[in-house]
Order: sequence, then structure tokens, then C-alpha cells
Amino acid sequence: MGAGILLSGADDIDFMIHGVFQYELFGQKLWITTTHVCLFIVMAVIIIFCLCANRAVKRATEVPGAFQNVVELVVEMLDNMIKGVMGKNATAFANYIGTLFIFILISNISGLMGLRAPTADYGVTFALGLITFTLITFNKFKYQKVSGVIKGLCDPWPIWAPINVIGDVAVPISLSLRLFANVLSGTVMMALLYGLLGFIATGWPAALHVYFDLFSGAIQTYVFCMLTMTYINNAIEG
Amino acid sequence: MEFNSNFILGCSAIGAGLAVIAGIGPGVGQGIAAGHAAAAVGRNPGAKSDVTSTMLLGQAVAETTGLYGLLVAMLLLFVKPLLP
Repeated sequence: MGAGILLSGADDIDFMIHGVFQYELFGQKLWITTTHVCLFIVMAVIIIFCLCANRAVKRATEVPGAFQNVVELVVEMLDNMIKGVMGKNATAFANYIGTLFIFILISNISGLMGLRAPTADYGVTFALGLITFTLITFNKFKYQKVSGVIKGLCDPWPIWAPINVIGDVAVPISLSLRLFANVLSGTVMMALLYGLLGFIATGWPAALHVYFDLFSGAIQTYVFCMLTMTYINNAIEG
Repeated sequence: MEFNSNFILGCSAIGAGLAVIAGIGPGVGQGIAAGHAAAAVGRNPGAKSDVTSTMLLGQAVAETTGLYGLLVAMLLLFVKPLLP
């Protein structure tokens, strides 16, 4: 008995987060989960790429080699994207947005390599959303001063303030839920496909992987960075 | 009144099915966005890349409400919050 027909005869459907190692901290039972493991693998890949890129850029040649070309392409693409949206504020935020873009992109397409995408865990995306929220709030107070923030809260009339506060708080939640739900839906779809059609799922699911992992992941990465930039820009310009 | 767990699971499955009806809204919205983007490209083929990226951004944002429905369905089916 249990979940009925959906899970009957499909014991190999597996898209949940599993605990790997349990430890106790301040009387709380905490887990090292598969998300942590996948996150560390993604981190290792990015760090190794960055070390190689650093070496390549330090020994940069006039006529770029293959790897230097790739690095220049990535940096140029990110710079153009950030400049296109943020204009003169681009230099201050290029680091954060670029890091975010590369991290989310590699996380999303790590589903292709057989990992469980770390962004399919709400803990990861909510942390990213909170960083963005902190940046937005900090820049709001820095550039609009306290008076400007209060004026923004009482936008049409002062009675609107609670609704404006809810609107501000909803930003990180909707940002993180959008990314999380998109990646999770892809993960679940592929897990259900492989679990239920295991014996005929050979070869053709590759097309679905292209959609769910590559296309959807890239679009959501773009959307997350785009919205982050737009919100920060709004906070700066008031 | 007491319900046994099978009844609750069945109702959860029905609720999950009802929750993903939320997908209708984003479907219609994305279709409208794609239609207008096609019309815009028809009028001004030079702006194709701009129109496409704007359309994809808007569609991805519009998809959110549908994904909330999906999330509710997932919670009902796999986390089973209603079981005692």
C-alpha cells in the first residue's frame, strides 16, 4: 500500500534528496545530503575551470589559443549582458552577476552528468534569493536614503505600505521558487520517464534532456540573472 | 470523524490533479506572448534577436504561476503533508 499506482512497480523512481551523513549541532539533528555532495562537485568543477582560466589569462598571448578564446568569450558575453541591462552600474555588479550566472548554469546542466541538480533543492535557490534580496535592500538604503525608502513604501498613499512591504518580501520567494520549480519539474519528469518506461527509454530521452536540462536550465539562469539585475537597478535608481 | 490513510491519499491525488489545472493560465499567456512576438518579427525582421529574448524572458516569468500549481501537486503526491 502507499502511493498507489504512481509508484507501484517503479521502485527505481528516485528524485528525492537523500541523507548521506548525520551529525548533531546545538542539539539539532542535521544531515549532509546528496545536494551538498553535488554542490561540492559543481564547485570543484567551477574552481578548476577558474584556476585554469586564471593561468591562461596570466600567460595571455596576442593571438589567443583555444582555451584563452573560450575564457574571453565567456567573460565578454557576461559583460555585454550585464552592461546591456545595468548601464553605468554594470562594473559594480559584474562580479556577482557573473558568478551567479556561471554557478546556476553549471548547476542546472549538471543533471546531464547524472548528478541531482543542486538547484532542485529549495535550500540552495532560497539562499541565492536571499543574497539578491540583501543586495536590493542594501542598495535601496544606500542610494535612496531612508527618506526615499519611506517615500517608496507609501507610494500612492501611506495606507498602501503593508502591500508594498509584502511586494518587497515576495521578491526573493518568487525568484527562488521559479528557479527551484523549473529545475525540479525537469528532474521529476526525467525520473518518472526512466522509472516507468525503463525498458523502452533508450536513446530518445536525449531529446527531452536537451529541453529539460539544457534549454530550460539556460533560460531560467538567464531569467534569474536578468530579474536580479532589474531589481538592483530599480533599487539604485529609485 | 476519522479517515483512514488510503482515503487521504486518494483525496491528495485528486487535489494534485486539480492543482496542475493551474497550467492552463500560463499556457494561454505564453501562447499570446509568442503570437505577438511572431507578429513583431513579421513587422520588423531586423529586431528578431531582441524580440526573441524579450519573449523568452516574459514567458519564463509568466510560467511561474503554473509552476506554483505543479509545486502544490508535488507536495501533495510525494511529501504527503495531510497524512497524520
